Amino acid sequence: MTNKTTILDFVKSPAEAICASHGDRPDKLLEILHDLQHEVGHVPENTLPLIAKALNLSRAEVYGVATFYHDFHLKPTGKHTIKLCRAEACQAMGASELQAMAEKFLKVKMGGTTADGQITLEAVYCLGLCASSPAMLVNEKPLARLNEAKFRSIVAGLQT
Amino acid sequence: MIRIFVPRDSSAKAVGADDIVDAIAKYAVTQNISVQIVRNSSRGMAWLEPFVEVETPKGRVGYGPVEVNDIKGLFAASFHEGGKHRLCHGRVEQIAYLKNQERLTFVRAGVTDPVSLEDYISHGGFKGLGKALKISGAEIVKEVTDSGLRGRGGAAFPTGIKWKTVHDVKAEQKYICCNADEGDSGTFADRMVLEGDPFMLIEGMTIAGMACGATKGLIYIRSEYPDAIATMKEAIGIAGAANWLGHNIQGTDKSFSLEVRRGAGAYICGEETAMLESLEGKRGMVRPKPPIPALEGLFGKPTVINNVLSFAAVPFILANGSRAYADFGMGRSRGTLPFQLAGNIKCGGLVEKSFGVSIRTLINEFGGGTATGKNFRAAQIGGPLGAYVSAEQLDLVMDYETLASHGAMVGHGGIVVFDETVDMAQQARFAMEFCAIESCGKCTPCRIGSTRGMEVIDKITANDNRTENLQLLQDLCQTMTDGSLCAMGGLTPMPVMSAVKFFPEDFGAAKQMAAE
Repeated sequence: MTNKTTILDFVKSPAEAICASHGDRPDKLLEILHDLQHEVGHVPENTLPLIAKALNLSRAEVYGVATFYHDFHLKPTGKHTIKLCRAEACQAMGASELQAMAEKFLKVKMGGTTADGQITLEAVYCLGLCASSPAMLVNEKPLARLNEAKFRSIVAGLQT
Repeated sequence: MIRIFVPRDSSAKAVGADDIVDAIAKYAVTQNISVQIVRNSSRGMAWLEPFVEVETPKGRVGYGPVEVNDIKGLFAASFHEGGKHRLCHGRVEQIAYLKNQERLTFVRAGVTDPVSLEDYISHGGFKGLGKALKISGAEIVKEVTDSGLRGRGGAAFPTGIKWKTVHDVKAEQKYICCNADEGDSGTFADRMVLEGDPFMLIEGMTIAGMACGATKGLIYIRSEYPDAIATMKEAIGIAGAANWLGHNIQGTDKSFSLEVRRGAGAYICGEETAMLESLEGKRGMVRPKPPIPALEGLFGKPTVINNVLSFAAVPFILANGSRAYADFGMGRSRGTLPFQLAGNIKCGGLVEKSFGVSIRTLINEFGGGTATGKNFRAAQIGGPLGAYVSAEQLDLVMDYETLASHGAMVGHGGIVVFDETVDMAQQARFAMEFCAIESCGKCTPCRIGSTRGMEVIDKITANDNRTENLQLLQDLCQTMTDGSLCAMGGLTPMPVMSAVKFFPEDFGAAKQMAAE
C-alpha cells in the first residue's frame, strides 16, 4: 500500500460534518451535540476529540459539556425514548404511581433501556403540560392526561 | 366554506388534537361538507382540550373536550353550524373562564393562527414596534419604565431599569437574550407564547433591541419544548421574509436579527448567568455577580436578559402607552400576570389577571377546586423553588410584596394544587432531591446541602432523633439561603421550610412546636 491520497481523506465524519455545518463555532457546541445525537442516536465518546479539534477546544471542555447536560448520552439508548415527567404538577396527579407502574411494566428503572433495546425510560422535569398532568414525551411527541391503560396502549403502539 | 379551529398547542396535541383534525376532515368528506380546518393557538382552557371552535354568524362556538368518537355525533348535531351538543360551551367569548380574565398579553390566544402574519397584524400585532421604530431608544426605555413592568421570570426586577443600564453603556455589540428555559413545574405561559403567539415575542425582543441599541437577539428554549422550538424558528423565518426582522426593518435604518438556541435538559440554565454560559456553548455553571449581565453578559458584552412574558408584555405597552398597562395591578406590582393553574385542579389552564387577585379566587372560582374532588390541602406557588401554602392562606393576594412578606413568592405565576392525599414531608424531600439533581455544583451549600437535606428529612420521617433533626434541617436551610450563589440553592429552602411550618403533622411534629 502506498500513501496515496484517497477519496476518504476528503470525507468528513458525521461529527466533523455537523461541526462544519455550524461554522465550527465553539458557542454552537450544544447545537452540535444535539444534531449529532439526532443523527447517530447518541454522542459516541470517540467523536469528542474530533469535535474538540474542529471547534478549537480542549477535549476536557467538550467532555465537560457532553456530560453536564441530562439530554446527551455517551452510550447508545433504546430505539424509542419515553420521558416521563416527575415534577410537582404531575406528582399531584399520580406521576409517582405512574412511574412505578411504568418501571414494572417495562421491567426497567428510570434511566434504563429495556432488554430488547426498544425503549429507554427517562425522567424529565416539566413538559409545560401541567394543567393536563401526568404527562410524558415519547420521541418528541407530547402526551398528557395519562393513566395506566393509556400508557400501556402507547407502549404497545411503539412495539408494533 | 365552514371554518373549524383545532388548536396546535402541545396541550391540545398531547390529548389527541391531531387525530381530531384527521377525523373531522375525513368525516366532512363523507358528508359532502366543505370545511377549512385552521390550527389556531390554545385559549388556555386546558381541561377542555381538544377544544374545537366553529365560526358562525354569531361568532365562534366552542366544543370540548372532543374525542374522535364524538365527531360523528357532532356532525349529526350540526356542530359545523354551531348546533347544540352535550360538549357545546356556547359562544367562546362568553365562557366565564375567559370573560372574567383581563387579557393584555394573551389577547390573541386561541383567536389566531400562530404562524399567520396576516392574523397577527390584523389583531393588533406590530403596532408597538411600529411606534418604537419612530422614537428614540431613550423614549422606549422611558415608556417601559413608566409602565411599571417587572421581570416576569420571577425575580421581578424593573424591566425599564435593566434596559436603561444597557442603553446607557457604550459598546460595539450588545445582545438581547430571551430566557425561554421555562423549567418551573406548574408553568406553561412561556410555552403558550412560543407556540401560540411567536410574533409577539419577536416584536417584544425587537423593541428591546431598538431601545438598547442591540442588533442581535437569542432565544434560549428548553429542549423539553420541541413544538415551541419548531414554531419559533418558523415564525422567525416568516418575520424575516416580511422584513420585520433583518436589515432596515420596514424601510427604516434599524436592524435586528434573531436566533433560536436549544437547551439540553438542565434546569439551572433558567438562571440567567448559567443560561449565558450555555449560550456560549459551555457547561451551565452559574457566574458570580457582579458583574451584572447588563454590563458584561453574553461574550462579555452588555446584554438584556428577560423572560418570555416580560418581552411579550412590551408590544402592548408601546402600542397603548405605559399608562394603559400601569392602570392594572396593585401596589408596586403593575399590570397583569398570566397565572397558570396546574396539578390537581378541575379547570386547569391560563388565567391572565391583574395583580391583586387572591389565590382563592384563582383556585376556586377559575379552577373549580381539585380535579379529584377531594379536599384541598396545599398549593405550591411560583415553581419548585416557591412556597407551599395551606388552606388558611388562600386569601393572600397575588402581589410580589404581599407574598414576599409571607415567606412565599409569585415567581412565574404557576399554582400547583394538591389534594388531601399529599404527603408534605415527601414534597419537602422532593424539593431537596430536585436541587441535588439540578445543582450546577459550583457552590457548596447547594451542591452538598441538598443531598444532606434529603438525608435529614429521611431521618425525620423515620422518627430518628426527630426534634434535633428538625432543628438541623432548619439550620441547613438557613445556610443554603444565606450561602448559595444563586436562587437554586438559595430558594430550595422555601418549599422545604413552608412545608415544615404549615404542615408539621406530616413531619411527625406537634403543630405548636414547629410553629414556634
